[in-house]
Amino acid sequence: MINIQPTVLISDAVLFLLLAAVGVYIWRARRSENARATWRGVFASGTGRWAAWVMAFFVSIGVLDSLHFRVAVETPAGQAQQYSGEVLSVLDAILTPLRTASEKTYSAPFATTLLVKESVTLADGSVARLAPAITHIHPLGTDKVGQDVLYLALKSVRTGLLIGTLTTLVMLPFACALGLAAGYFGGWVDDAIQYLYTTLNSIPGVLLIAAAVLVVDVQIDAHAEWFNSAAARADLRLLALCAILGLTGWTGLARLLRAETLKLRELDYIQAARAFGVSHGWILVRHVLPNVAHLIIISVVLDFSGLVLAEAVLSYVGAGVDPATPSFGNMINAARLELAREPVVWWPLATAFAFLFALVLAANLFADAVRAAFDPRGAR
Amino acid sequence: MIAYLTRRLLYALPILLGVNLLTFALFFGISSPDDMARIHLGGKRVTAEAVERWKVQHGYDLPNFYNAAGEGTDKVTQTLFVQKSLKLFALDFGAADDGRDIGREIGKRMWPSLVVALPTFFLGLAAYLATALFLVFFRNTAIDTVGVILLVALMSISGLFYVIGGQVLLAKWWQWAPISGYAPGFSGLQFLLLPVLIGVVSGIGDSSRFYRALFLEEAGRDYVRTAHAKGLSPFRILFRHILGNAAIPILTGVVVVIPRLFLGSLILESFFGIPGLGSYTIDAIQAQDFAIVRAMVFLGSLLYIIGLILTDLSYAWVDPRVRLQ
Repeated sequence: MINIQPTVLISDAVLFLLLAAVGVYIWRARRSENARATWRGVFASGTGRWAAWVMAFFVSIGVLDSLHFRVAVETPAGQAQQYSGEVLSVLDAILTPLRTASEKTYSAPFATTLLVKESVTLADGSVARLAPAITHIHPLGTDKVGQDVLYLALKSVRTGLLIGTLTTLVMLPFACALGLAAGYFGGWVDDAIQYLYTTLNSIPGVLLIAAAVLVVDVQIDAHAEWFNSAAARADLRLLALCAILGLTGWTGLARLLRAETLKLRELDYIQAARAFGVSHGWILVRHVLPNVAHLIIISVVLDFSGLVLAEAVLSYVGAGVDPATPSFGNMINAARLELAREPVVWWPLATAFAFLFALVLAANLFADAVRAAFDPRGAR
Repeated sequence: MIAYLTRRLLYALPILLGVNLLTFALFFGISSPDDMARIHLGGKRVTAEAVERWKVQHGYDLPNFYNAAGEGTDKVTQTLFVQKSLKLFALDFGAADDGRDIGREIGKRMWPSLVVALPTFFLGLAAYLATALFLVFFRNTAIDTVGVILLVALMSISGLFYVIGGQVLLAKWWQWAPISGYAPGFSGLQFLLLPVLIGVVSGIGDSSRFYRALFLEEAGRDYVRTAHAKGLSPFRILFRHILGNAAIPILTGVVVVIPRLFLGSLILESFFGIPGLGSYTIDAIQAQDFAIVRAMVFLGSLLYIIGLILTDLSYAWVDPRVRLQ
């Protein structure tokens, strides 16, 4: 039996918390006739159903990749059991053949030899130039340092999913609290919140994010003692990126919610609740929030694909995830000069393209189905 | 009109001040000039004297808000906030870490940015509006369905792939244009072809779909049915009535970005080697030159606020009901 120690990175914990929250939502939605009918509308269309299946596939990869553990190393008897410093995930364990079979350098998909020839001493002592045989068949080839491209792409899925979802988690409380408060209370509260989001909005998005990432990087560099492993460090960097994206990205939804709340607060049922002396907080939570929930769900689903794409651009700019974290942005960045090689190395870029395209397209189609089902105005 | 503009410009001041405070908090509050110096001097083994020397050289050897050692007004003016942050209001951007004047660099580099961004913007707008009108004209037909599917597919591709794919396909294999480079004047036109084309194509999915939704919303209104009923041609309805009435939401999204065209595009400029403000910014981020990043943040906000004011002016221009006072 293999002796392992489960390891929970902070992002794993947050991700499972998020999954639990989604679970609670599903449980509640199942009991409400209305919510059931709306969600049935999402899955009624063929594209919506297919997109949901593809998303479910990606999410299950991401979840498998979030169950981390460390393998025990040989420890002399009598001492406490020691564990390897390398943090692995269940996905790594499933993909062990791909992960461990690394080559010297590039090899094409399903190739039996490496891409480049080198001088090899044959059995009879003569020297020939031929491409050395590889140790393992790679369905999508290997990259410059000989890593399996399929394995890299599957590992990148988790990064993309985390950025798409955790950012939302950071952004939602700000967008909801500030958007509802601005619309409901009006007056100086509205002025102050509008000032806040106009100021944030006025800064070019990429620059603000890049500036914040630069500052976080400086802090991470200055406090190497905070991290006990490279994985924890890369993990914190990823979380910081999500937090930054969330803190700068709440303005759009807040604006929408403010406009909707402005309309809602004049309606009869809110006026009635006020006349009965219901407190402001309770009115906001019980009467206003459920009636803007469709806007929140639509915008969360819509933002997801944009965030996954933003990661690629930010990594290129140098303000993305840790260079050691497998991500689509880092894959593209590493592969973008390879098309200029002779012979052309196209498979790392093509793989990144195909995976990213499939993920984002599924997310976009799913978002469309959600919007069609949730938007009362329908036609869009 | 003049009163309106003055009031809007006065409103802009607190926003710019807020931007200034935010960037100041980021660069001087959370991280400090000492951290900056250590990054530029490299690594951990930097002596305190070397850090002090770097700070003196670059003018960071001042207190944040209040200089007790100064005399008279120097107590307030000889501080980091005034020297590094408030001076931006006078468009005095100071010197970059390599000692060059940021203001002069910006003045020099905004023209190449504009030469690429301006045609991309206007050709793009025309192409997106044309695509959207085309799809709306064929609404509820197979053409519209296929077109929308195509647009969703196009918007699911990362911008980086458009640039990489375009460079390989158009420049390397088909040799339509040089793969990258820049030259001023007419001789530089060949260098513009590729970035402009790629810039236009990469935005088509998102924008055309957005405009299509706007036009569809207008097309469902009563005045469109009336126009049909009184026998106007579908072309006239589309171009005069629907396009005209959708002008306000279109302008809302479009006019605000026009001043920002000066800043150029980060991705296009760095891939195509265009010496504009976009590549300047990317280089600054990668070299961790905080002075340039701060200057660009301020400039970006300033241009955005100008864009907001221009948007309001454009409303008055297209919609006779809007009066600015």
